[in-house]
Amino acid sequence: MTIAVFTEHRGDKLLPIALEGLGAGRKLADALGQPVAAVLVGSSIAGLAQAAIAGGADLVYVVDDPLLMEYQPDAYVSVLEKVVRQINPQILIIGQTDTGRDLAPRLAFRLGTAVTTDCVDLAIDPVAKRLLATRPVYGGNALAVFSNETDPQMVTIRTKTMTALPTDAARRGEIINIAAGLDAAAIKARVISRVAEEVAGIKIEDAAAVVAGGRGIGSAEGFKQLEELARLLKGAVGASRPPCDSGWAPDTVQVGLTGKIIAPELYIAVAISGSSQHMSGCSGSRTIVAMNKDAEANIFRYARYGAIGDWKKVLPAFTAKVRALIS
Amino acid sequence: MNIIVCVKQVIDPEAPPGNFRVDPATNKAEMKGAPPVIDPYGEYAVEAALKIKDAGGGKITVMSLGAGLLREVVKKPLAMGADELVLLEDAAFADADTFTTAAALAAAIKKAGDFDLVLCGREASDTNAGQTGASIAELLGIPCVTLARKIDAAAGKLRVERVTSTGYEVIEAPLPAVVTVSNEVGEPRYPTIKGIMAAKKKEPVTWKAADIGIASSGRRVTLNRLYQPVHEARCEFIKGENPEEMGANLALKLREAKVL
Repeated sequence: MTIAVFTEHRGDKLLPIALEGLGAGRKLADALGQPVAAVLVGSSIAGLAQAAIAGGADLVYVVDDPLLMEYQPDAYVSVLEKVVRQINPQILIIGQTDTGRDLAPRLAFRLGTAVTTDCVDLAIDPVAKRLLATRPVYGGNALAVFSNETDPQMVTIRTKTMTALPTDAARRGEIINIAAGLDAAAIKARVISRVAEEVAGIKIEDAAAVVAGGRGIGSAEGFKQLEELARLLKGAVGASRPPCDSGWAPDTVQVGLTGKIIAPELYIAVAISGSSQHMSGCSGSRTIVAMNKDAEANIFRYARYGAIGDWKKVLPAFTAKVRALIS
Repeated sequence: MNIIVCVKQVIDPEAPPGNFRVDPATNKAEMKGAPPVIDPYGEYAVEAALKIKDAGGGKITVMSLGAGLLREVVKKPLAMGADELVLLEDAAFADADTFTTAAALAAAIKKAGDFDLVLCGREASDTNAGQTGASIAELLGIPCVTLARKIDAAAGKLRVERVTSTGYEVIEAPLPAVVTVSNEVGEPRYPTIKGIMAAKKKEPVTWKAADIGIASSGRRVTLNRLYQPVHEARCEFIKGENPEEMGANLALKLREAKVL
């Protein structure tokens, strides 16, 4: 038996979530006395196998085929079905990424098993020796601990919730190649193009300071004031869901369960009520500052500093003082 | 174009989080003082179906699975403009896991007859699992495209813009297919008075588990524990004579605390 980890990669590197998956897999494998197997799927990826071993894998199964250069749903589900049936892992860990959230449920059903998605903690039940998978439910209002009745026990893991091992270039492992053996008839849906809609300036995931607006901002013009403060702080603008739905802010800066999950040093929430689904995306921030006219707003339960007042009056004065202080 | 939309009755996710409670004895959640609603993500799927119907015509059949479905809640998609409502209502469907839900919906979709497109929300706001659509597709053996923000479906072909963390992908697939819809598709329309009146008169078709050949639940996942994480509020409220002074004092406080 093994613990398998689907190790995603981009360019010539494993993604951080792949290393986090290997770290989580190592912990479970040690509790069960089993090896960790990385599953690498792509094109011209032989060089990544050693990185997976350095990250904690004992075995690396490599499926290297030009048709697998980029994620194509039907091809990847079909290849992973083949690999999983061959290696028969007890647990399979996948990252909750653009790829993982599409792939995992389909793979689980193809294999006749189940997946628990978006897990934030994984542990082995000391008695039953089964996986206990913890994930937020009800938009982050509660946590649920699930166990799968069927094998492989599949999970996807939320980014930055599991710890990668220190990279050890001296670690040894075994590399096994598996032929893709793709059946062209099985490929029905095709990704025709991929379009990047990056916003100008610092990416919200990388920004040390994020100034985010909610429904109460009221217009695209209102967001220009947030941009002014974000520029001053050398940070990025974010938004809760309503402004994105209304087109006041681009969809790529949506913070929350169904948007970006970020953890900046400073998160300034302007006219954001603080729904659980939004807080799921920013509650890991080091310091949350909130401006809201509603003293009862949920955001104040998470904020370290708060100002109760109309943002249209609070924010300009705040921005002016910040400008004076940092110049 | 025959479109099936799967929606779920859930506890109101937009109610204040302070009203959310978990009963640790039963592992059940409730939202105090707020009636259940149609899942907002499902409403985006209804909106996507209505957009397709607006563009090229068609028939929209809404399906909802559960136990104790409130008619005034599950009829909302009819009031928005959907044509038919099929309820899969059975005590066996209470707290159904993904496998039970998907198996029942797939069986009901087959029983309902010809279809071109099945739409689901990207996830339900209670489980947040995001699996039902993909699972129905696997059980029906048809393609699945997740996280749609734009759907073109006509003449046996599907073209979807799929939301990604950096932008979007364009995906093409043959019909029939399953598509899960993300909120980027646009705000769901409000029911019209005419729609509400029509929905009132319309009786849903109701099928029990036995009607769609679902014998037992066949659960694959067990919920061991449901709990609310402890969270202590420790907000320092900034004082000031007026909002402007509060804003300035907030900046001073952040500098003093070395946050700035």
